[in-house]
Amino acid sequence: MSVKTTQKMAKAALWTAGFCTVAVLSLVIGYVMFEGIPHVNWQFLTMKPKKMGSEGGIFPIIVSTIYFTALTLAIATPIGVGAAIYLTEYTREGKITKIIRFGTEALAGIPSIVFGLFGFAFFVIALEPITRGWSLLSGALTGATMILPTLIRTSEEAIKTVPVSYREGSLALGATKWQTICRVVLPSALPGIVTGVILSIGRVVGETAALMLTLGGSMRMPGSIFDSARTMSMHLYLVALEVGTKPALDKAFATATVLILTIFIINTTANWLMKHFIS
Amino acid sequence: MADFLLYFKKIGGLIGMSSKIKVNNLYLYYGDFCALNNVNMDIQPNQVTALIGPSGCGKSTFLRTLNRMNDLIDICKIVGEVIIDGENILDPEMDVVQLRKRVCMVFQRPNPFPMTVYDNVAYGPRIHGMKEKSKLDEIVEKSLKASALWGEVKDRLKKPALGLSGGQQQRLCIARLLAIEPEVLLMDEPTSALDPISTLKIEELMEELKQKYTIIIVTHNMQQAARVSDYTGFFLTGDMVEFDVTENIFTKPCDKRTEDYITGRFG
Ligand SMILES: Nc1ncnc2c1ncn2[C@@H]1O[C@H](COP(=O)(O)OP(=O)(O)OP(=O)(O)O)[C@@H](O)[C@H]1O
Ligand SMILES: [Mg+2]
Repeated sequence: MSVKTTQKMAKAALWTAGFCTVAVLSLVIGYVMFEGIPHVNWQFLTMKPKKMGSEGGIFPIIVSTIYFTALTLAIATPIGVGAAIYLTEYTREGKITKIIRFGTEALAGIPSIVFGLFGFAFFVIALEPITRGWSLLSGALTGATMILPTLIRTSEEAIKTVPVSYREGSLALGATKWQTICRVVLPSALPGIVTGVILSIGRVVGETAALMLTLGGSMRMPGSIFDSARTMSMHLYLVALEVGTKPALDKAFATATVLILTIFIINTTANWLMKHFIS
Repeated sequence: MADFLLYFKKIGGLIGMSSKIKVNNLYLYYGDFCALNNVNMDIQPNQVTALIGPSGCGKSTFLRTLNRMNDLIDICKIVGEVIIDGENILDPEMDVVQLRKRVCMVFQRPNPFPMTVYDNVAYGPRIHGMKEKSKLDEIVEKSLKASALWGEVKDRLKKPALGLSGGQQQRLCIARLLAIEPEVLLMDEPTSALDPISTLKIEELMEELKQKYTIIIVTHNMQQAARVSDYTGFFLTGDMVEFDVTENIFTKPCDKRTEDYITGRFG
């Protein structure tokens, strides 16, 4: 076979692979949207669910999803970024960093239901007096432990790619290490850190089983972080599986559509914000 | 006559009559490797001192010792004294942050921060606690004028600094230092990444800046050393072979190795 033919074949194979990915993706999203969009309307978005979710809307559930995601990020981001700063700026490469790194990598690969079980035993049952059992707080703490490894990894990578010359330039002007980190290193690393946060949002918003064990699953509007709640993913799972009638399935598809759109909106806003603030 | 007086003053400087920086028996090790071997030198205020020598002889290392940038390197060990205005800056008690405010450094590659031109220059004053907008404006303008960049950037102060040309970026880095009103400017091959015109601008700038600052410049360009400096030190594998008034180094060097190096017969 000539070099040219090989080149052509490789190109064709890669093109097919790319095409398949896009095709499968659009098929899935297209199908869900096709089934779901007819049932998404103003009432669906603004009403309370009725009859286990087979009737009515999902307003409290949208609110819970946002509430839960925000709380999870509020807990996990400072810890994750802080740990990443500590690992990259305040420790030397050595045994301890190796152990921590091994730990985070191992944690990142553990199925989320394991975190759910831990969260159930620890946050829901052992810390009941503080978290009030099944609650947004228990769920968010569990979600935070789940995404922490990814957050640390991505933030660390982002911080490492900041050129040494920026740090030197800042230190040579008499800045302290902390000033250098806050004013030069973190702003430069921000795009990478935000990417990590977006990936994490995807993970917690898509989570079901682990949250079933910790969030509880109440359909009511949460009044505080000590109330039980359910996210859209949980709702669509519970409605589809436990109710299972045709109208319930329609509601599940509609919920899925809203979920996809929400994630889409989050990603685009994050990207837009980033472009706007960085340049 | 005036020339003679000037020369006389320079010679006076060499015997340490009024030095800004006094380096005594300085040794520096990277692990077991001796990068500076018993360096002694007196650096005069308001003069330009050039450091020349082949690659890897320790010029940058020496420069980085003067504002303790070598502290960032774990394996680096330093013995000896560097006395700036009567104070040994190698003293572990020394406040490095204060030191680096007084002794500033321009790097070989221009390294503006990824911010606007204005924020780059205002960076130093801001970290040292200046908040007033009007004062900052004033400092930014003054520093950019002093680094001969004002005319080129006054309409793009709010544009990203990384959009400037290499030569402009280097002058911006100089402006960034001038904004914190240091006493000593350390320049590590400040023009090696620049075209001849930008280089000329920076050389002219140095001539002007030495009225107010003490300048130490590392350069691989012999003509540059001859043009801009008052004193020249020649380094070779960690030794300071010769240190003298620039005219002497280039016209009647005492050491055979210096002569070989400046005439390009080295190797
Ligand atoms: N961080 C470091 N760790 C170990 N050795 C180093 C380090 N930095 C420099 N050296 C060594 O110290 C010696 C002097 O280096 P230095 O950078 O001071 O040379 P230089 O005179 O500035 O060279 P150049 O003209 O190429 O910039 C070199 O042999 C170099 O390999
Ligand atoms: Mg060097």
